Amino acid sequence: MTSNQTLFSYVLRLADDHLILSQRLGEWCGEAPTLEEDLALANIALDLIGQARALYAYAGQVEGRGRDEDQLAFMRYERDYQNLLITEQPNGDFAHTIVRQFFISAYMDSFWRRMESSKDEMLAAIAAKASKEVTYHLRHTSEWVIRLGDGTRESHERMVEALDDLMMFTGELFEIDAVAQEMLQSGVGVDASDLKAEWQHTVQTILQEATLELPKAGHMQTGGRTGRHSEHLGHILSELQYMQRSFPGLTW
Amino acid sequence: MTRTPDQHAQNPSPQSLQQAAWAAAAAVPDPEIPVVTIADLGILRSISLDEEGCIVAQVTPTYSGCPATNLIQQMVLEALNEAGFENVRVESVLSPAWTTDWISSEGREKLRQFGIAPPTETSNSKRALFGETLVTCPHCGSGETERVSEFGSTPCKALYRCLACREPFDYFKCH
Repeated sequence: MTSNQTLFSYVLRLADDHLILSQRLGEWCGEAPTLEEDLALANIALDLIGQARALYAYAGQVEGRGRDEDQLAFMRYERDYQNLLITEQPNGDFAHTIVRQFFISAYMDSFWRRMESSKDEMLAAIAAKASKEVTYHLRHTSEWVIRLGDGTRESHERMVEALDDLMMFTGELFEIDAVAQEMLQSGVGVDASDLKAEWQHTVQTILQEATLELPKAGHMQTGGRTGRHSEHLGHILSELQYMQRSFPGLTW
Repeated sequence: MTRTPDQHAQNPSPQSLQQAAWAAAAAVPDPEIPVVTIADLGILRSISLDEEGCIVAQVTPTYSGCPATNLIQQMVLEALNEAGFENVRVESVLSPAWTTDWISSEGREKLRQFGIAPPTETSNSKRALFGETLVTCPHCGSGETERVSEFGSTPCKALYRCLACREPFDYFKCH
């Protein structure tokens, strides 16, 4: 791969993470437990879609083949998506949604802050915005983790179950493959493997306050970065891409 | 300079063209909070003339997911067209990243009068983002306020309530 192709791939996978998670959160719209939470989840989804748009637009520019953000978001096949598996996991109950968001926000908080000093000016600029936005996401989900974990027996049990179910998708967050390695060496990318201790510290501090524990790391799922997804992504894409697949180029 | 608008003097200097274009673009109201202009908010970054005499307006997005971003670009384009500038381009610049510190003091006052508590300053501090700040009620000026929700009706606002006058209000989030 040329360095441009590597950069394209690196930016694209980040964009995919944000788009897919945003689409998932959007499913809560009108269904959240309270009006404030409905607004909150939709707002977080909106931040993510904004970040995804900036990343897709930049990826298209780097690729230089004339693909814009819409073509990259709507006209690729399942195996071409390189998002982390945790972003495509189903919403489940509210505890699952909160734990998923909490795990990812704690990760992205460190990730974007480091990306602010990337040698790539555009990624640094996107990071400067995203790092502020994700702080709100982390604070919001942390509050919920504490409230639900240290809440009723029912809410506590549901949180334990959600933590158990989602733990196996957290290993992928810290993986470094050839693309990430090259970006790291050129001063563009973030060393994800180096974020693990910080992530564990953030997560464990909140979990402790919530009277919860981080489950023991067992077998970790992987494959998103190479396009090997769980069964859920295809279903997400069939809904996400429906209009553009049925009526290519449609605008309104 | 062939497309210089008629109402401007013959062979106007690039400087006066830029000033006139700035005035037209700067007056564009924010679509979500129409009491403030995009210049008040620091969204309009610059107006320049390129080599072909095209007016280039640079705007910067505020919050990544702000749905008003595209509309603002369209409105700037229309405002410049209406002011007689036909050869116009609107560019979006991401770097340096917009912060709420770019909101002018006039803009802050307009927000307050409109019933939106303006953002506290020095937005880059992590402490400001983590809510260790004092949000003053835009209605009665009391500092006795509490946050109802981190997220409000637009990406830039949080929902607060005043414990003194009991009025709910929006707070323009520090960014």
